[in-house]
Formats: sequence, C-alpha cells, structure tokens
Amino acid sequence: MISDIILTTLINGSTYALLAIGFSLIFGVARIVNIAHTAFYMVAAYCIFFVTYRLGLNTVLAMIVAIVLIMVLGGLTYKIFIEPIREHEAAVLIATIALAMIFQEVVLLIFSGDFRTVPPMVPGYLDISGVKVAYQQLLTIAMALVILGCVWVFLAKTRLGLAIRATAQDREVANLMGMNEARVALMTLIISVALAALTGAVVLPLKVLNPHMWMAPLIMMMAVVVLGGLGSLKGSFIGAYILALSEAMVVFMIPKGAFLRESVALSIMILVLLLKPEGLFGIVFEEER
Amino acid sequence: MKHMQRITILFLAGLIVFFGTFPAWGASTVKIGVIGPMNFLQGKHHWNGALMAQDEINQAGGVQVGNKKMDIELVKADSNEFLSMTDATNAMELLLTRNKVDFIVGGFRTEAVLAMQDIAMDYKTIFLGCGAATKSICDRVGEDYDRYKYWFRITPFNNINLAKTNFIHLATVGGIMRKALGIQKPKVAIVGEKQAWVEAMVKASEATIPKLGLELVGVWRPSQTATDVTAELSAIQRSGAHIVFTIFSASVGVTFAKQIGELKLPLVQVGINVEAQKEGFWEATGGMGNYVMTMNTYARGVEYNEFTKPFVEGYIQRFGEVPAYTADTHAAILMIAECIKRAGSMDADKVVAELEKWDEKGTSGRFKFDKNHDPIWGPGYLTSLGVQWQDGKLVGVWPNKWKAAENAPEITYKGIVPYKLPPWFIEKYKQ
Repeated sequence: MISDIILTTLINGSTYALLAIGFSLIFGVARIVNIAHTAFYMVAAYCIFFVTYRLGLNTVLAMIVAIVLIMVLGGLTYKIFIEPIREHEAAVLIATIALAMIFQEVVLLIFSGDFRTVPPMVPGYLDISGVKVAYQQLLTIAMALVILGCVWVFLAKTRLGLAIRATAQDREVANLMGMNEARVALMTLIISVALAALTGAVVLPLKVLNPHMWMAPLIMMMAVVVLGGLGSLKGSFIGAYILALSEAMVVFMIPKGAFLRESVALSIMILVLLLKPEGLFGIVFEEER
Repeated sequence: MKHMQRITILFLAGLIVFFGTFPAWGASTVKIGVIGPMNFLQGKHHWNGALMAQDEINQAGGVQVGNKKMDIELVKADSNEFLSMTDATNAMELLLTRNKVDFIVGGFRTEAVLAMQDIAMDYKTIFLGCGAATKSICDRVGEDYDRYKYWFRITPFNNINLAKTNFIHLATVGGIMRKALGIQKPKVAIVGEKQAWVEAMVKASEATIPKLGLELVGVWRPSQTATDVTAELSAIQRSGAHIVFTIFSASVGVTFAKQIGELKLPLVQVGINVEAQKEGFWEATGGMGNYVMTMNTYARGVEYNEFTKPFVEGYIQRFGEVPAYTADTHAAILMIAECIKRAGSMDADKVVAELEKWDEKGTSGRFKFDKNHDPIWGPGYLTSLGVQWQDGKLVGVWPNKWKAAENAPEITYKGIVPYKLPPWFIEKYKQ
C-alpha cells in the first residue's frame, strides 16, 4: 500500500504543483487571483486534442501549438479584460471567473459535452511491487519534475526571472529600480498560462477531456496555494505534495469515502490556516512590512 | 361620415374576432416539451427519439384528438441538469409558462427530476420520465396520488429492478468464470460513483453479492467526475478482486474503463456504465474499453419483438448510432398520442386514465405500469439487455438462455451472442 500511496502522491502532486506554481507566480507578482488559470489548462488540452486527432498532426507539435496559442490567448485576455481593472482585486476575481465560464461554454459549443481521451504517448506498463503502473504515469511525473526544475532555473538564473522575483518582493521598489512593473506582470501572466498549458499537455493522456474538467483542479490548486502560502513558489510545491498525499491516503484507507479525498485535503488546508494564517511558507504582503 | 363610422366599427369588430380566436388557431398542435441535458449524450438521445416519434406521427396524419387530427409540435428545453438544478427548474418553468406545452417527456438526473416533477405537478401537466431510475420518484404517486398522478416513468425501470438485473448479470459472469476457469468464489469489488441513485444500489449489492456465491472484497466510491482513478485501481488490484461491479452514470465510467484497459488489469467489469452504452465510448476510451459489460436498452441486431428492429435501424440510419435508453422519448410520445386517441381528448385526467390501463408491446418489450406508474420489470415485460464491448462493437450478451426461475421458460432474444472474458484475464487465471 505504501508504494501505491507514494506513486499516486507523485502523480497528482506533480500536477497540482505545476498548476499551483503558475497561479502563485501571477498572484505574487501582480496580485491577480486568476480563477481562469485551470480554464487555460482545459483549453490547452482541447487544443492538443483537436490538433492531434482532428488535424492529424504529431502530438509534440500539437503541444507546442497549444502552448503558443494559450500564451497568446493569455496575453490578449490580460490586456483586454484584466489590465484595465487590475487595481480592483474583487473586479479581477469576478472577471476571471467570467472568463473561465466563457471558455467552458465556447468549448462546450464547439466540442459538445461528450467525453474524450487521447492515447498515451508511451503505451504499456511496468509492474512495481505487484502493482501495474502505466509508463505514461511515470513519464508524466518525470516531465512535471523537469518543468518544475526549468521554472526554478528560469526564476533563479535569468534577468526576467530576477525581475519577476523582484516585483513579487516589492512592486513599488522594483518600479523605482527601473523595472517596468506592468510589462513584468504581462510576461508573468503569459508564463503562468504557459505553465497551465504545459500541465494540460503533460497530464492529458491520463485524463478524460470534458469542458468542465477545469473545476476540480481549480479547487485543489487554490487549496495548495493557500496552504503553501499565497505568492510562495516553494510553498506551492510542497503544499501540492502534502495535499496529494492526503488524497491518496483517503482513497487507500477509506475506500468507501474515496469521494471525500478533496474534502479531507481542504480540511487539512483549513487546519493549517488556523494555526498559521499566512500558510506554510507565506510571504507577508507589502503593506504589512 | 356615418358610412365611415360603420366601416370603422365593422373593421374593429373584425379585428376583435380575429385576435379573440387566435388562441384557438394556435391550438392546432399537440405541444410536447422535451427536457434534458441537451449538450450531453442523454439529452441528445432524448431529443432524437422525440424527433423520430414526431415525424412518424405527423407523417401518418397526426394525433387523433376527438374528431380532429393535430400534429405533434416539439419544444426543446435544455435542463443543464448535470451542472445546475436551478437551470433545470427554470427550463421546466419556461416550458410550462412561456411555451405552454401540453405534455413533457425527458429528465435524467434524479435530483433534477424530483424538482422538475413538482413543477409539472403544480401545473397538472403529464410528465413522462425518460432517464431517472430512483424508485422514490414513482413512490410519490402512491403517497399522494391526486398530486403526482400526472407522472409516469417510461425508462429505465427503477433502481431496485436495475440492481436485480445487474445482479443477474453478475451471477451470470461469475458462473462463466467458475465454468471456464474454475474460480469457485470470484471476488467482487463494488465501485459506485457518489450520486443519489447509487446509494440504494450499493447497499443492495453489499447484501446480495455473498448470496450469489461471490466474495465481496471492498467498496469504492469515486467522484462521478473523477478524471483519475489510479489510487482506486491500485487498491482494487491489491484486494485481489476478479470482478469490478460498476455503478456509473457519469464520466468516471470512461476514466475507469480506460485505465483498466491501458494497464490490462486482470479485472472483469460488469454492472452499469452509462458512458459504455454509447457508441462513442470506444473512441472515448481510445479502444481501451474492450470487454466492458453494461446494461442497455438497445443493441445492434438484437430484437425484443417485431417493433424493435424498425426503431433501432431507423434510428441508426437517421442519427448514425444505436439509441441510448433515453431515446425512449420515442415510446413515450407514441404512448401519449395513442392515449389521447383513446381518451378522445387532451384532458390530462382522461389521458392519465388511459396511461394507467396501458398494456402493449413496445420497442423494448411489453409495457405496463404498476400502481405507482413505474414500468413493470420481468420476463414477458421489460428486462433490458446485457451488452458487452467486443473488439469495437457493442453486442448483446444477455439474456442468453436465461431462466428467471426454476420452471420458467428460457429466454434468449434474437441477435444475442456469447459473453467473452478478456484474454489477459483468462491467461492469468487459467493456471
């Protein structure tokens, strides 16, 4: 059972980490609560499905096309819907919810509500301690970890990464130091939705496509981000695996309560917040320094 | 001047007569509301079945209402009941208030149908259910006949009878395992999505499985929209289960079948998997849904009686796929038309009386309602089919020489083929 729990934790945790880090990035830099984040993930998944199975192109090419499209879509939606109201956080929240609903309805209109899947990039399975594990699941874990590594390198070693970190630490000072805060916010949002698109690409062969597939990971992603600390990338990473572990333990130890996996994870989040309101690795807001 | 006044008065009188009789002009059709989740399989089949009935009736001259003929006019209503109960109730209200329909067919989710049923009963409008299985929906008729008498369920039969049929399928597959592989007491894992209609079935399954000579090894309740069941499958593998008894109506049915197929897990899937009833299931699972067995009302090539083939073939020709059970809006509308003819009017109480007397062969068997307006299940009435995916085709595998009781006659419908165990399952257990 332990190996099952570890494996399940790694698979789900990596997915949540990828989503949560993208969400945390844009919140940390621009204080934008982008509820449409997982909707971008859903749209990317449908793009890949469409390009691969309706246009007949190569899967990897389809992923690249989807990521580029989502980045453009993210940039446009930011410019048109979010930037004008950026200073009003409640309005941004509502606008992003509306955006997510729009994406859902458009996808529903084009593709209908029928459930679809894509075949694995690497078919077949491995036997680990008597439990069969698909190669695709292992590939997903590996890709997720590589992407997370790349994000870390990008933020730590590049000029743009430095600008993003600086803006996340203190927006006003970063502005005074000559960093165009608005442009950094735009770039961060594009990178954030690119991460959502990458998540879609990486987990798509493991999931069932439907226009509402963005809702379940949204809840978990927000729980991860809040648990880890709003704006903290390290917190998002660790929080993702903590909640994935709690989900896996619920399913294995309480089979009849498998549907409670999310509720238990959210309860853990609430418990942590009661003890540490800023989250595990939360950064305090500028106003509080 | 006087002449002009006279003409004006006559003109105005004419206008009053014209518009005053307008409602009577509008009542030249029998308006039937078709309500369901129209962006999903279940709603699409609701609508398609209704369209077929409408065309059949209208092409034959329409419905005989007293001494005149009236065409059927359908009104489509998207209940969106998978996502929003409010949308469902609003859609029902609009059908009754804005569209002023005479009858309603459809509904799918129990939770939504219970609410929609109340609205229809408020307006004393006949509502023929074509999707929700929960027994309590029909129990209301017995509890408060005067209010709920306008409700009838057409399909499916209720969840108690669904469970009974599923247990028969389960016992059949268990018997095949004993005979073919010598597995004397096959182990069963129950996996039911977390939904209202599943609760009673899980309880009944827990009690019944041991009585079928099978061993229950666990119960798993994933979310209906779970897109990953890796954890559940790992746990089921560990339990040593031979059979997974599925109780699914939503997307988890696709996820489950796909992941089992991809991993070639030595598990046989039997039970209800509504997504597996759909011809698109093969594509949805990427071909991984082979050997999944589920219940269904219709299958290519299978005939209950002389009415089945024309309906199924006609449906396939028009819509390109086998009708799902929700397409029995077709049967519902034909029933309405005939009952209006027998009642001689569209008066709801008179039509209810005719519906209560209904005892006729239909496309899915002999149809008769019990005192709670629930269709009667059993040999000679409705039994549905056990269907299985075999190499890309959804074929009928039950009833195949089925005897409902010791001295009962054997039943095999025309077009039924033998059930198949997955080859990797046989390979694992044939030792």
